[in-house]
Amino acid sequence: MSSSALNPQPAALGTWQAVIGLEIHAQLNTASKLFSGAATAYGAAPNRQAAALDVALPGTLPVPNRAARDKAIRFGLAIGARIAEQSIFARKNYFYPDLPKGYQISQYERPIVSDGRLPVRLDDGRVIEVAIQRAHLEEDAGKSLHDAFHAASGIDFNRAGVPLLEIVSAPVLHSAQEAVAYLRAVHTLVRWLGICDGNLQEGSFRCDANVSVRPAGSSVLGTRTEIKNVNSFRFVEKAIEYEIERQIRVLENGERVVQETRLYDAAHHRTRPLRGKEEAEDYRYFPDPDLPPIVVTAAEIEAIRATLSELPHARRRRYVETLGLPEADAAQLCADKATADYYEALCAARPGPAKPGADANPAGGREWAKLCANWVLGELAAALNAAELPIEATRVTAPALAGLLARLADGTISGRIAKEVFAAMWAGEGDAETIIAARGLAQISDDGALAAAIDAVLAEFPSQVQDYRRGNDKLLQFFVGQTMKRLRGQAHPQRLNALLREKLGSRAEGRGL
Amino acid sequence: MSIDHATVRRIARLARIAVAEAELPALADELGRVLALADALAAASDAHAVEPMAHPHAQALRWRDDVVSETDHADEWLALAPEARADLYVVPKVIE
Amino acid sequence: MSGGGIAQLAQALRARRVSARALAERALAAARARSDLNAFITLSEDAALAAADRADAALARGDAAPLAGIPFAHKDIFCTRGIRTTCASRMLERFVPPYDATVVERLAAAGAVAIGKANLDEFAMGSSNENSHFGPVRNPWDATRVPGGSSGGSAAAVAAGIVPFATGTDTGGSIRQPAAFCGITGLKPSYGRVSRFGMIAFASSLDCGGVLARSAEDCAHVLAAIAGHDPRDATSVAHPAEDYVAALSTTLKGIRIGVAREYFGAGVADGVAAAVRAALAECERQGARLVEVSLPHAHLAIPAYYVIAPAEASSNLARYDGVRYGHRCDDPQSLEDLYTRSRAEGFGREVRRRILVGTYALSAGYYDAYYLRAQRVRRLIADDFAAAFATVDLIAGPTTPTVAFRLGEKAADPLAMYAADVNTVAVNLAGLPALSLPAGFSEGLPVGLQLIAPAFAEARLLAAGYQLQLATDWHLRQPTGAK
Repeated sequence: MSSSALNPQPAALGTWQAVIGLEIHAQLNTASKLFSGAATAYGAAPNRQAAALDVALPGTLPVPNRAARDKAIRFGLAIGARIAEQSIFARKNYFYPDLPKGYQISQYERPIVSDGRLPVRLDDGRVIEVAIQRAHLEEDAGKSLHDAFHAASGIDFNRAGVPLLEIVSAPVLHSAQEAVAYLRAVHTLVRWLGICDGNLQEGSFRCDANVSVRPAGSSVLGTRTEIKNVNSFRFVEKAIEYEIERQIRVLENGERVVQETRLYDAAHHRTRPLRGKEEAEDYRYFPDPDLPPIVVTAAEIEAIRATLSELPHARRRRYVETLGLPEADAAQLCADKATADYYEALCAARPGPAKPGADANPAGGREWAKLCANWVLGELAAALNAAELPIEATRVTAPALAGLLARLADGTISGRIAKEVFAAMWAGEGDAETIIAARGLAQISDDGALAAAIDAVLAEFPSQVQDYRRGNDKLLQFFVGQTMKRLRGQAHPQRLNALLREKLGSRAEGRGL
Repeated sequence: MSIDHATVRRIARLARIAVAEAELPALADELGRVLALADALAAASDAHAVEPMAHPHAQALRWRDDVVSETDHADEWLALAPEARADLYVVPKVIE
Repeated sequence: MSGGGIAQLAQALRARRVSARALAERALAAARARSDLNAFITLSEDAALAAADRADAALARGDAAPLAGIPFAHKDIFCTRGIRTTCASRMLERFVPPYDATVVERLAAAGAVAIGKANLDEFAMGSSNENSHFGPVRNPWDATRVPGGSSGGSAAAVAAGIVPFATGTDTGGSIRQPAAFCGITGLKPSYGRVSRFGMIAFASSLDCGGVLARSAEDCAHVLAAIAGHDPRDATSVAHPAEDYVAALSTTLKGIRIGVAREYFGAGVADGVAAAVRAALAECERQGARLVEVSLPHAHLAIPAYYVIAPAEASSNLARYDGVRYGHRCDDPQSLEDLYTRSRAEGFGREVRRRILVGTYALSAGYYDAYYLRAQRVRRLIADDFAAAFATVDLIAGPTTPTVAFRLGEKAADPLAMYAADVNTVAVNLAGLPALSLPAGFSEGLPVGLQLIAPAFAEARLLAAGYQLQLATDWHLRQPTGAK
């Protein structure tokens, strides 16, 4: 079943409009927890990273981690949000085995970040501005292992107290595609800002979706359901698509949507109600008496602002407007900061002309920018992918690649040869110059060497020369081929062509070069 | 201030404290009388004008540096548990 | 140990006229001899003697810390590594913390020798020490009467001469009220002055660690050891602690004492009011100026307190769920069963009641009318104090409206019990330091004078108490049978 059949675009929904808001939990990449000095590293043996506070031993107290606060502010500044001068840690009270204190320390009435917006580029190239209502700090819960034992669940508190930034969008998304584009944009941004590693498999980036539908044109929100913890972009899209379909079916049958929490079942592509959540929760939020108000000064905000670099959407725009890159290339390059930074370094690392007198900018800045983009998204991406390496661990650095591309741009080597050189560089055989020289891969564009070879060919095939001069133009390719063969394929093709034409033409006048 | 039995049941459920049916009347009466104390708060007409006070001093939160300062005490903590197996705390099966 | 203040004991120890071990053994023997008081939940003889021996070694070397060799008791709400810490609850009956509270660490570092864990109202919830899983404590002045609470065991142990001082905690009067009932001196420091780390929480924005001793001077010695910033408690204040002992010499001359009209209200027994007025007259003779002040919202302190404290407690005590430590019911049938039965069995009646009240006050639909309203009234109460302290240096009144009541007298009526806190809870709501001083007797039982100071003015408060005690001997009186 194709997704478009299940969930037509908004216009085609006809009488219904979907309204979606996302609650994203981004794990802040601090070394220690939000309120204890325990480590946050993923994958430790059970309960080895749970401090006394994390198992809520009596008498333990929370002491907050400044880095978590600063990362939240960083995010707030990146979405142009308001950073609260004073915000409050509140307790959200409920009982669950993975919640050691019987409450979660979160933020409720006064979050640290509110009223931001994020430009989101959709697949069709449209850009929408998504309003982000709030982003607040909270601690994660532990992990319940329901299959650990027969008739019992096991609890691991390593994750308890890990800092999260909960990012809450306004209900302004109207399709699964928009929701996922927004989710990806936030994913890009938090990694770009260096506040979250974005690892979905390890649970450092999670998403709950609130979905409702209403008659098209209505401004009243329908009853919503919440889809919990879907752990891939594809599943988020599918779960929302399914849920919109389901709600429309319910409403068209004249029934009512029940406000509830649902889980997405990827295996059967459906959502189902979460058991044990049938009663409405009463979380009894109140200001945490162990934690006085969070106060952020203007000077602190400015100090964090000063460390912000160009944001992904700004850089994407610059790549399109200043460098003339196609939208799709710019978007791909800006999908993560390491790639964009690599690209930036590559563009800037263009070496000076290798040959005296050669044009320093034969192809122009925009051509160089496009050449760089093609290589980052093409050859480099393929090599990284094959080696399963992140771009940070690339075997060909930006300056090294720039050295190669410069030789391609100035005609020293052909595109085909450049790929061969790149492979050798990837294999660690040295820089582009060394490999080109060692393997004798430079194209011959020196007129003297070319002329000598041409003369030899013309001398070898006098009858073909005569035929050509009688008007058999097709023979030009024969001479090109023969000369290339003599030069082991390294002749600069345009130069060779030009010289051949010149010589074949000049022979009539009995003059050699 | 009177508290009905349904309210006592709801509150006891929120607080996860078992209350036997037989205890309900006495408990409802006690809670009603204690909560009636708070009726006096409603009479404080000047309370509207002030901000709620959650902490005794106008104190700003102080922060610690992001340093891993805890070492592994899992064995000590787990030894306190009524039931632990394979380094996990054990509870009756939770079904989601 | 009669008449032996901390300074005299320290002097005797340094002069090697007595050993720390002898003092510890004497205190342990006295505790056993007075088991009728039920002042202790746990005696930690081995740890005490080991600490005493260390103190003796330090004294012999001449590098002893200030309280080296002084025996004392910890309220059994402070976590002590390797020594069970019960909070007088069945829930924690067998809980042995693997860590020390900051107060415990600091007193150990100061060389003091803890002989055991004093009885209290369960989770510090109570004003009579009748809410203990380990049974009530008796008042050394009259065994038919309560010692007050929640630090009842601490107060009884000091009043009976078992130890020269004991730690306590004060959330709504839990140091001052038992100090008053037992005829000793009790100091509740400013909120944040003493670290709460390792002090099992009742109501976090009100809880305050402090000391019960024979005199203001002894309180100063102990406060000097336990006060100060602690990075493990985010509400611990950065203000450097003052030299409380050196400040004791400041006389009462020119000190303006505000006599709070509301603290002499209708519920205050005549004999109590008269004793307190007599003590204040003595202050006046020492050069203090008595000024009448008003705290117009004082009557709202009990209602506000009995919403805020249970609300915080309902959340603080949610961690006792039978999963990671503490009481777990037998054979739980489900998670729900595990929670509800473990908590119903593990908590006593008053604790259950307060959890339910607090849960109600925070629940949807009631939050604004109860919790939020109480927090606004809390502000009014704090503002009353601030206004009064614009014109006076200290505020005075009776610590309690009556002398110690009889065991069982108020046990059936929570409201009557709560009324015993009428003059103490406002101080916690405002986070101020206060001292209860022996101020004579009524019906043959001790009466307490409460002095309240602005936040972090403990030095002023202790000096005033010390100066009054230089001129009076109420604090030297001991019940018969005292050691």
